[in-house]
Amino acid sequence: MEEEKIHPIQKFMDNIWLLLALGLAIPILSYTLWGLIELLTIEQGTLP
Amino acid sequence: MSTDTVKAAAYRVCETTGLSIFLKAQFFVKINAVLAVIFLLVGGIAALLLALTRWSNVMLLNDIWYYRMVTLHGVNMLVFWIIFFEMAILYFASTTLLNTKMFSKKLAHTSLALMFVGAVVTNYIILKGQADVMLTSYPPLEAHPLFYLGIILFAVGALIVAFNFFATLYIAKKNKTYEGSMPLVTFGAATAAIIAVVALLHGAAALVPTFLWSMGWMEMMDPGAYRLLWWGLGHHSQQINVAAMVSVWYFVATMSTGAKPLNETVCRGAFILYILFINLAAAHHLLVDPGLSSEWKIWNTSYAMYLAVLASMIHGYTVPASMEVAMRRKGYNKGIFGWFAKLPWKDPGFSAVALSAIIFGFIGGITGVTLGTEQINIMAHNTLRIPGHFHATVVGGTTLAFMGLAYYLVPLIFQKDFYMKKLARIQPWLFGGGIVIMSLGMSFAGTYGVPRRTYDSDFGGAVLETGFDPVAHIFLGVLGIGGVIAFIGLLLFLVLIVAAVFFGPSLKGQKMPTWQTDKEQKMTDELISKGYEEEGKDYHVKTPGTIVLVLIFLLSFAIYYFANWAALADLWHIR
Repeated sequence: MEEEKIHPIQKFMDNIWLLLALGLAIPILSYTLWGLIELLTIEQGTLP
Repeated sequence: MSTDTVKAAAYRVCETTGLSIFLKAQFFVKINAVLAVIFLLVGGIAALLLALTRWSNVMLLNDIWYYRMVTLHGVNMLVFWIIFFEMAILYFASTTLLNTKMFSKKLAHTSLALMFVGAVVTNYIILKGQADVMLTSYPPLEAHPLFYLGIILFAVGALIVAFNFFATLYIAKKNKTYEGSMPLVTFGAATAAIIAVVALLHGAAALVPTFLWSMGWMEMMDPGAYRLLWWGLGHHSQQINVAAMVSVWYFVATMSTGAKPLNETVCRGAFILYILFINLAAAHHLLVDPGLSSEWKIWNTSYAMYLAVLASMIHGYTVPASMEVAMRRKGYNKGIFGWFAKLPWKDPGFSAVALSAIIFGFIGGITGVTLGTEQINIMAHNTLRIPGHFHATVVGGTTLAFMGLAYYLVPLIFQKDFYMKKLARIQPWLFGGGIVIMSLGMSFAGTYGVPRRTYDSDFGGAVLETGFDPVAHIFLGVLGIGGVIAFIGLLLFLVLIVAAVFFGPSLKGQKMPTWQTDKEQKMTDELISKGYEEEGKDYHVKTPGTIVLVLIFLLSFAIYYFANWAALADLWHIR
C-alpha cells in the first residue's frame, strides 16, 4: 500500500523532540542568556 | 496497540470511555491526585488566614504569622498542589490516551518519593518559623537550608516525571500504539511537560546556589540574577498550568458535550505557540528592575509579538465553538444562544471548566496582558492588582479547571461515585464566585495603590502620615468576603472528593453515572463515538454564538486596555 504523504507542517507538529529543543532554546536565549548578559555587563557604579 | 504490548501490562478497560487504563499508571494518577488535594487543603487554610488579615477591619494574624502564611500559601498552592495534579495529568495523558504502558515504574516511585519528601520538608521548615521568606525567597532574605533543599527535591522529582512522560511517548510511538498524530489532549500535556522542563531547569539554576549560600558554602548570588532565574521557575511554572488547563478544557468539553476540536491543526498550532513563546512572559516580573534594558523588557513582555496571547485567544474560541457545534448537532439551534442555555450546567465538571474559561479569559487574560505592558505596569507593579490578576488565572482558571477534571477522575479512575450531588452542582459556582469577588477586591484596592505582600495596608506606626483612601478599605473587605466564600467552596470540594474516594459507592464494572438526562447523555455518547472522518462536517457548522462571545471579549479587552492608558495619562502628565 502506498504511504500517505504527510505535510511538512504536520511533520513538524508531530516531532515532539524538535518542539522540546525549540521550547528550550527560545526562552533560554531570549529571556535567560540575554538577561544575564545585560546584568553581568552593568558597569560598576561610582559614588558622586 | 500490539497484543503483546497489551498483555505485558496489566490494564482494565474503562466502561465509560472504552479506553485502556494501565493499572501501574492508574496508581500514580491516583496518588499524585490525592497528594495534590492534601496540599491544596494546606494552602487553602493559609489562604483563608491571609484573606482575613488583608481585610483591614479584621487583621487576624500578627505580622510574623502573616509572612509565614504568605510563604506557606504560595509554596503549597503555586507549587505542590498544582504540580502534583499536573503529574497525575501527565501519567493519564501518556498512558491511557496513547494506549500504552508507562515507561518506568521505578522512576515513577523515585519521583514520587522525592516530591513527597520535598513537599513535607518545605512545609515543616516554614511552619517551624525558619523560612519566612515568601515563595520568591529573594536574597538577601535567607531561609533555613531545608527550605531550598525541599523545593529542589520536589523539582528534581517533577523533572523525573517529565522524563518518564517523554520516554512513554517514545515507546508509544515506537510500538505504534496510536495512529497518526497523538491525541490533542496528550499534545497539550506534552506542551505542559516541555514548559515544565524549562521551568525546572531555571529553578535549579536559582535555588541550588541559594541553597549552597544558605549552607555557607558560597557567596550570595547577585540579587538581580537570582530574580531573573527564579522567575524562570516562578512564572514558567504558571505557564505549565495554562497548557495543562487548556488540555483539561478540551478533555472535559469532549466528555461533557461530545465536542471535538474544530480544527486539530489550528489547535495544535496554538499549543506550539505556547511552547515557543509563552515562557518569555516571565519578564513581566522584572519590568521595574533597573539592570535590564527596555529592549529586553519590551521584546520579552510582548511575548514575541504577543504570539502566545494569540494562542490563548485561539483556544478561547475553539473550545466554546466546538461545544456550540456539538450542541447544534444535537439539535439545540434556537437563536444565537439557545445552545449555550442547554449546555450541561448541572454537570459540576462542565460548569467548573466553563467558569474556568470565563474567569481566565475575561479577568485573568485581559488584566494580564494589560499589566504586562511596560508603561502600564509602572502603575500596578507590586500593588494588589497583581495578585488580583493571577488569582483569576491560577485559581479561577487552573484550580477550577482541575476541580472540574476531578469530577471525572473520581468516577473514571478511582471508580467511585459522589455523595451529595446537589452540593457538587453548586460547588464550582461557590468557589468560582468567591474567587471572582476576591480578585476584583484585590484589583480595585490595588488601583488605590494598596501594596501586595504587605501586612499592614495603612503602614501603622510609620513616622509620616500614610494610608489610603477609605474606599480602598471597602475593597479590602470585598477581598476578605470573596476569600471566605472561595474557602467554603474549596472545603466543599474537599469534602465531596474525600467522601467519594474513601467512602463512595463503588462503580467497578459500571459506566460513570451521568449528570445529564439519559436522553442528553445518549446524544453526547453518540457524538463522542463518531469517528474522525465525520469531523469534516464541523467546518460547515456556523458558530454565531461563540462569535458574539468573542466580540464581547474583545470589546472588554479594548475598554480595559485603553482605560489603563487613560489612567496612566492622568498620573503621568506629558506636555
